[in-house]
Amino acid sequence: MNNIFFPLVCYLLLVLGIAVWGSRKSEKSGDADSFMKEYFIGGRSMGGLVLAMSIITAYTSASSFIGGPGVAYNVGLGWILLSMIQVPTAFLTLGVLGKRFAIISRRTNAVTITDFLRARYNSDAVVILSSAALLVFFMASMLAQFIGGARLFESITGYSYRTGLIIFGITVILYTTVGGFRAVVLTDLIQGFMMLIASFAVLFAVSKAGGGVAKIMDTLYKTDPALLTPYGAGNAIPLPYMLSFWVLVGFGILGLPQTTQKCLGFKDSRSLHRAMVIGTLAVGFPMLAMHLAGAMGRAVMPGIEIGDLAISTLTIKLMPPFWAGIFIAGPLAAIMSTIDSMLIMCSAAIVKDLYFHYAAKNDASRVTPASLRRMSFSVTAFIGIIVFFAAMQPPALLVWINLFAFGGLEAVFFCPILFGLYWRKANASGAVLSMLTGCAAFFFFTITKVSVCGTTAIVPSLSVSVIAFVLGSLFAKAEDETLLKNFDF
Amino acid sequence: MKHSDTGRILRRETAVTLLLYLLFFAWWYVTAYCTERDPSKYRYVFGVPRWFFLSCIAGYLGISALLWLCVKFFFTDVPFDGEDKSDE
Repeated sequence: MNNIFFPLVCYLLLVLGIAVWGSRKSEKSGDADSFMKEYFIGGRSMGGLVLAMSIITAYTSASSFIGGPGVAYNVGLGWILLSMIQVPTAFLTLGVLGKRFAIISRRTNAVTITDFLRARYNSDAVVILSSAALLVFFMASMLAQFIGGARLFESITGYSYRTGLIIFGITVILYTTVGGFRAVVLTDLIQGFMMLIASFAVLFAVSKAGGGVAKIMDTLYKTDPALLTPYGAGNAIPLPYMLSFWVLVGFGILGLPQTTQKCLGFKDSRSLHRAMVIGTLAVGFPMLAMHLAGAMGRAVMPGIEIGDLAISTLTIKLMPPFWAGIFIAGPLAAIMSTIDSMLIMCSAAIVKDLYFHYAAKNDASRVTPASLRRMSFSVTAFIGIIVFFAAMQPPALLVWINLFAFGGLEAVFFCPILFGLYWRKANASGAVLSMLTGCAAFFFFTITKVSVCGTTAIVPSLSVSVIAFVLGSLFAKAEDETLLKNFDF
Repeated sequence: MKHSDTGRILRRETAVTLLLYLLFFAWWYVTAYCTERDPSKYRYVFGVPRWFFLSCIAGYLGISALLWLCVKFFFTDVPFDGEDKSDE
């Protein structure tokens, strides 16, 4: 057991150390305004490699390392095909939003996505809706990540759920609180590399244990020929279902705040260009390797009943303990790096978008940097601790909301962000209408399981929110010219 | 004028990005769904079914290479700070 534990604890200490080292830079910031810019967006200093890793680690979560490969174990190569829909995630986000966000956020002094929406729509309703959606959905997602991480820890090391939760939960809360955005992206860099190494190691172990890829494919064919088709065993992935994922994890991610937020933090064009290429390479490899390992695992070790246990079972049985310890750091890295991005954004929503704007009237001279700093630290820690304790005894409501988090965020943010950037007529009425109807539609279609032409809930919901946005915008007046000037190119 | 130059660059880069995205989708779709359908007649490349090699492995590496070329040749450095000073 200690052989697994040792590399893991070393890894967590390394992450913590880097975060503390990196955060020393934030000590120097002068007034409240520059403190917030530093704490919540790292002073807009991300380079290409850091930006790329930061986007893909915020995006890659427990499901890419545990859930997804587990489904691939059950249905075969078709699920790998599905996971590859995510390959263009990074370049689509950066190519469509990157430079526009970079320029506009400097013109309007925006630090968060909500700042951007406020500058574009000048509407309290938009700001409050987006902050509320962000807080609720992020806290539910963080809870799910905490639970996933602790369960994984439990299944691999044999230590209890609580021990796992305490060890990695405290690490992530601590470094995010102390280091802010800079610590988040610095650790993301390490976590991203960890994910790459871990996914390579597990793929290697599985194919070696199965006597080579060709032999494994032959065994899969003998088990069930459908495992080798795009449709999956038992026709589990019909075409309309598959194509829905081009919305949910395809272009829909343009509305995912945890990735779009990163477009506010990079340094220059060169960083963006490099991040597009590196991000695409680095998101594709772990997806391909982990899902392939899951699918091939079926041939190497048949009969694992619960898909979610497939990867951890394979790891324990096939890898020497030391390497199993390295491996578990991979999914833990994916989990922690998703939590840290969300945690710092929740804190920004409360401190910057709500407190600083409404209570301090957006005036940096009204608050001392020291008090704002104390407040930011305590809000970050407080949210982290709430979610941490929630994960001890997961409340049904939050677990349930998590089911809607990914699609719900897209339904809320997709239209206001994209139309705000690309359509001059977009206005606050359209934004409010589309946020409300998009979110409501997503809940409705998910709960009632009503399917439109065999697609999943995100397709009709996003369509509804687009229609609502366009109608709302056309029937109300366009925003003020002075306001729009900041968004013209 | 510098201002509209930036606009033209941004529009072109958005177009290139979307074009690459569509291209990836088309390749992904055609190689996975419009080739052989019967698993007993599958051909194999490097041990994996040919459709899988083309759509998942070649598609991933191909789009990365293409993206690298596009970024190198079509993407331009744009200053982020004070880019519209020429307006005043």
